[in-house]
Amino acid sequence: MRFFAIISMLAWRNLWRNHRRTIVMLSAITIGVWAMIFMTALMRGMVNDMVRDGIRALPGHVQVHHPQYRDDPSVLNLIPTADSELTKVFSQAGLDGWASRVKVPGIISSERESRGVTLIGVDPALEKSLDALGSNIAAGRNLEGVDDGGVVIGRRLADKLDTELGKRIVLMSQDPDNEIADRGYRIVGLYEANLERYEESFVFAGKSTLQKMLGIEDQVSEVAVMAGDYRDLEGLTERVALLAGGDVEVLPWQQLNRYLGSMLKVMDGFVLVWMIVIFLALSFGLVNTLVMAVFERVREIGLMLALGMRPASILGQILVESSLLLIIGLVLGNALAWASVVPLQDGIDISAVAKGMEMFGASSILYPELELKDIVTANIVVLVLGFLASLSPAWRASRYEPIEAITKV
Amino acid sequence: MTAVRCIDLCKTYRQGDQDIKALDHVNLDIESGGFVCLSAPSGGGKTTLLNAIGGLDSPDSGEVWIAGRRIDNLSKGELAQLRLTQIGFVFQAYNLIPVLSARENVEFVMQVQGVPAAERQDKSRAILKEVGLQGLEDRRPADMSGGQQQRVAVARAIVSRPELVLADEPTANLDSKTSDELMALFVELNEHHNTTFVIATHDQRVMSYARRLIRMLDGRIIDDIDQQAA
Ligand SMILES: Nc1ncnc2c1ncn2[C@@H]1O[C@H](COP(=O)(O)OP(=O)(O)OP(=O)(O)O)[C@@H](O)[C@H]1O
Ligand SMILES: [Mg+2]
Repeated sequence: MRFFAIISMLAWRNLWRNHRRTIVMLSAITIGVWAMIFMTALMRGMVNDMVRDGIRALPGHVQVHHPQYRDDPSVLNLIPTADSELTKVFSQAGLDGWASRVKVPGIISSERESRGVTLIGVDPALEKSLDALGSNIAAGRNLEGVDDGGVVIGRRLADKLDTELGKRIVLMSQDPDNEIADRGYRIVGLYEANLERYEESFVFAGKSTLQKMLGIEDQVSEVAVMAGDYRDLEGLTERVALLAGGDVEVLPWQQLNRYLGSMLKVMDGFVLVWMIVIFLALSFGLVNTLVMAVFERVREIGLMLALGMRPASILGQILVESSLLLIIGLVLGNALAWASVVPLQDGIDISAVAKGMEMFGASSILYPELELKDIVTANIVVLVLGFLASLSPAWRASRYEPIEAITKV
Repeated sequence: MTAVRCIDLCKTYRQGDQDIKALDHVNLDIESGGFVCLSAPSGGGKTTLLNAIGGLDSPDSGEVWIAGRRIDNLSKGELAQLRLTQIGFVFQAYNLIPVLSARENVEFVMQVQGVPAAERQDKSRAILKEVGLQGLEDRRPADMSGGQQQRVAVARAIVSRPELVLADEPTANLDSKTSDELMALFVELNEHHNTTFVIATHDQRVMSYARRLIRMLDGRIIDDIDQQAA
C-alpha cells in the first residue's frame, strides 16, 4: 500500500506533537496493561494453588470407584474387581502414577477424645508417585508397608485428640455385615498439610492392616491415577475406564470435586471480565485523547483532503496513530508486568491477611503465575478493543469537509 | 481547448437572516494556457469561485467544466483524484502541514500520487531553490516567516506540473522583489509548459503580469479585460 509510508510518518510525528498528552496516555495504557497481567497472575496463582491443594487432598486426577461409592462411601460399595487383579493391570499400563486405596468413614479415639474422620488404607510405595496428602511428615515416620501396624495422622488432629506421637489410638468403622470393626494402632507419624481441615480429617494406615480390620480381603474403595497435566484429562479418563473394566465409575477430578472444577472455568471468565473492565476505564482516556487530537487538526486534515488525499487515508492515519500508542503502551505494560512478577517467583507471604482466605481453600503463600494465555488475552483485549474505540474519532476525521477546514480564518 | 468553463454559477451563503450572493450567475471561459487574474474587493467572491473551479465546493446551480469534463456532479472520490492529479492549489488561509518540513510539504502531493522517493527529492530540491528557499528545506512551517511559508505552498502547487494552478493571494505576504520572482516563475511555467494559471489577488503588481484580468464585485463579473491587446 503506497500510502502507508506517508500515513505512518504523519501518525508518528503527530503522536509526539503533544508530548505531555502522549506520555500521560502511554502511562495510563502501560499501567492498565500491567494491572491486567499482574493481577491476573496473582489470581491465577491463588486459584491454581487452591486447585492443586484440592487435588492433593483427593488425591489422584482420575479416580475409579464403585458406582454408588460417592453417595455412600462405605465398605458396602467397594470396587468389585480384586485388588490383586487391579494391581496387575494398572502396574503394567505405564501410567505416571497410580495407587489403590481403602477409603471409608470411621472414628478415631484417643484416651480423651473421639472424632469422625476418613480412614485411608494405603500402599506407601504406590502413594509416593502421587505426591499425596500425608507425605509431608512433620514428626515421626511415614508408613512403611501395606501391613504397617501404625497410623499417620495430621498434626492438628493430634492436638484435637489431645494425644501425641507414639501414643496409641483406636480406629473404628463398620464391616460389610454392619458389625463394628475396630483395632488399636500406634501413632507413628504426624503430617502437615496446607489446610488445617485436611490435617483434621484424613487418617492414614497400611492398606492390608485396614482391610483385615474391616474384613474385606483384597478389596479397595478407589483407584487413583495421576496425569502429567491436571487440566487435560479426557484421554486419560478413557484409558483408565478401559483398564478398570465394567461396573465402576471413572471420573476426572473436576467432576469428583465440582467446586474445584468449576473454579478453573469461572476463573477464565473472570480474567476476561477483569481485563475488559480495566480496558473500559482506559478507553475513555484513549477516545478522549483521539477526539482532542482530531479536533485540533481540523485544518490540516482539511488541507490534506483538499490536496486530494482520500478520506480512507485520513482514517488510516488516525488508526495508525492510535495503534502506535496502544502498541508502545502494550510493550511497556508487558515488560513492567514481567519485571514485577519475576522477583516474586518465590512467593508472597500473605499469612497476615490469609486467615480469612482459608475457608476458600487458599494457602498463605501466594505464587503469582504468568500464563501465556492470559498475557495473550490482555494484549488482544487492548489491541482489538482499542482499535474499535479509535474507529469513531478516526471516522469523524475522515468525514471533514475540506472547504470548511481550509477557509476558516 | 478550454481549461476552465463556468456556466451560470450561483452560490448563496446565509449570514444571519441575510442572503449573501457569493457567486451571482458567473459565466467564464479560460483557454488552456491562459494566465488570468481575478481581482475583487474583499468579499467579492474570488475564493468562492476558485473553490468551485477546484472542485472543493459545489455551487448551488450552474456547471463547472475542467479540461472538457464536467466536474460539479462528480463524486467526492473523483473530485479528490482530480485535485490530486490535475490541479495545483495555493490556498488563501492555510497551506502547510505543521508536522512536515518544507521539503516534505512540497513532496506531499507527489507522495500521495505515488511518485518514487528519489524523483520526489530531486524535484522538491529544485523547486525550493527556484522559489528561493535553498537551505530551508528541513524547516518546519512554524520556524518560517509568512512569506517563506507562502513560497513553500507555491512550490508545492507547481512542483508536479499540474495542468491548472489555482492560487488565492499567493503574494499576500511577500515583498515586491520576491513577488516579482514568483510571478516570473509562474510566467515561465505558463509559457514553457502551457500551465493555466488563475490567480486571485489584490496586488496591482500581480495583475500587471496577467494577460487577462477579470474583475468581480459582489459575486458578479463586472469586467473582463484582455491585457495583451491593450
Ligand atoms: N462559509 C461561508 N459562510 C457564509 N458566508 C460566506 C462563507 N464563505 C464566504 N462567505 C461570504 O461570501 C462572500 C464571498 O466570499 P469570498 O471568500 O469568496 O470573498 P473573497 O473575494 O475571497 O474575499 P477576500 O479577498 O477577503 O478573500 C463574502 O461576503 C463572504 O462573507
Ligand atoms: Mg478570498
